[in-house]
Amino acid sequence: MNAGDFSTILPLLLVTGWACVLLLVDLFIPRGRKAITAALSALGLLTAIALLLSQFGLEREAFKGMIVVDGFASFLQMVFLLSGLFGIALAYDYVRRQNIERGEYYTLLLFTVAGMMLMAQAGDLIVVFLALEMLSLPLYVLTGIARPRPDSEEAAMKYFLLGAFASGFVIYGVALIYGATASTRLSEIVAVVQAGQAIGGLLLAGMAFILVGLGFKVAAVPFHMWTPDVYQGAPTSVTAFMSVGAKAAGFAALLRVFLVAFPDVAPAWAVVAMWVSAFTMAWGNVAAIAQTNIKRMLAYSSIAHAGYILMALPAAADPAVASDAVGAVLFYLLAYAFTNFGAWAVVLALEKKDGQGLAIEDYAGLGARRPALALAMALFMLSLTGVPPTVGFVAKFYLFRTVLQADLVWLALVGVVTSLISAYYYMRVVVVMYMRQGEPEVRSEGWLNATVLLAGLATFIFGLLPAPLMGLAARAGLLTFLR
Amino acid sequence: MIPLSWYLILAAAIFCIGVYGVLARRNAVAILMSIELMLNAVNINLVAFWRYMSPGVISGQAFAVMVFAVAASEAAVGLALIISIYRRRFTVAAEEIDMLKW
Repeated sequence: MNAGDFSTILPLLLVTGWACVLLLVDLFIPRGRKAITAALSALGLLTAIALLLSQFGLEREAFKGMIVVDGFASFLQMVFLLSGLFGIALAYDYVRRQNIERGEYYTLLLFTVAGMMLMAQAGDLIVVFLALEMLSLPLYVLTGIARPRPDSEEAAMKYFLLGAFASGFVIYGVALIYGATASTRLSEIVAVVQAGQAIGGLLLAGMAFILVGLGFKVAAVPFHMWTPDVYQGAPTSVTAFMSVGAKAAGFAALLRVFLVAFPDVAPAWAVVAMWVSAFTMAWGNVAAIAQTNIKRMLAYSSIAHAGYILMALPAAADPAVASDAVGAVLFYLLAYAFTNFGAWAVVLALEKKDGQGLAIEDYAGLGARRPALALAMALFMLSLTGVPPTVGFVAKFYLFRTVLQADLVWLALVGVVTSLISAYYYMRVVVVMYMRQGEPEVRSEGWLNATVLLAGLATFIFGLLPAPLMGLAARAGLLTFLR
Repeated sequence: MIPLSWYLILAAAIFCIGVYGVLARRNAVAILMSIELMLNAVNINLVAFWRYMSPGVISGQAFAVMVFAVAASEAAVGLALIISIYRRRFTVAAEEIDMLKW
């Protein structure tokens, strides 16, 4: 352990340290002026982004392999930091008008971001577990931060009980893998497995447990039951952050653990991941059709998108396609982040007190009342469906192509068909906005509008010119496996 | 010496009791206790594996200590959430907390 080791986790240390300091500083900021806390947390995240950019391209292991720095980690950390910034921008006005403005909101958000960043860098199963807890625990509290609103409390408790249950599975799996290979270091596990010294039964059981636990975290069918309830009950700004950040962190863990540690047992987990992915896509999209509440609809949409992203896992089991598949996932996660934050920002703009204004019917007349906002929402819905010229289309195209390269034609077909189904419920929002008469009450606030504008521009521009971002994602996917 | 498999069977049994408890119990505190049971099963596994497979390397023991710490912080957050609900509704039964449909 030396100074060089610490330099690899500098952005992570900064966010964690800053969150701790902010917890104290917040005590001296009077109630009603918590905007200062928000600004300070955003400042911390921006500094971390600058630090991360300064060491972009760095590639090494630190702390005896417990921490890995590579393109994959840096790319994902950037996604997490950006999600944190978006999360703060969305929360700023919302928590104030819902009377849940507390300084802890922003500190907890920073802790969650730190946990996600650690997850991206984890090179050891212990670190994966710690990162999982570090991101989950603050998120449970954030879900319940709108207390005494009963739905928020209830969502927090459900999320906590099921989340803790899931991490119990992850850690049991990790323990079994430790037993099978006498190591928790990803690079050592793969060496032991390759040498044929691993105890097969324990290894397989351990992998199954980890897959179940992480499946909960990314909301894959059949472990998705908590998602609609938690997404609906949590304060909307938290839901937006959770749907992007927590999901991306879950996939970071899935890809890192399964592709780095268990490539030699790929046939075993690829089959399971394939079926889980197919069921997730099918069920997420079909169940979303029945929803009348926009938060629940977007929750099922996020389940469906977990299914699409999960397609990459069986594809990556083919070593020739692995780095392409990882690149596709990274690009998809970033595209999903932009699109989803935009969509949630529009939801936030229409939400009124006590959870009113969340039915899809409440969007009637938005096209006439606020043409720009409606246009942005239409763009986000198109992007979530995967229609050109949006970034969602490019991401899906890239992902489906890698799945086809891995000869999983039927899986790609399931993806295409379910995308067609999804057009029904996404387009319903657009139809309601433009074709129905109504007088929606819309909040117009600087940061909210800025988020919509930024997300809309990113969705559109990266849809037309995806090459630079795609190149970055492809390089990040490549780097992971060149070690 | 007691063979390793005995420890593993004990841990698996405790883990299964924990899983059963989470699925079958309706009281949120009991569910939390069942989750703790699952984590303790993991600890038995970790220490047993450490002792029998790599007693020279401390990582298994260190791992078990980390699991303690995480279990404690999970309990702290979980009990706080449960108390917050109890204060308003005077119940911690999962089936009575049903505003959101499952």
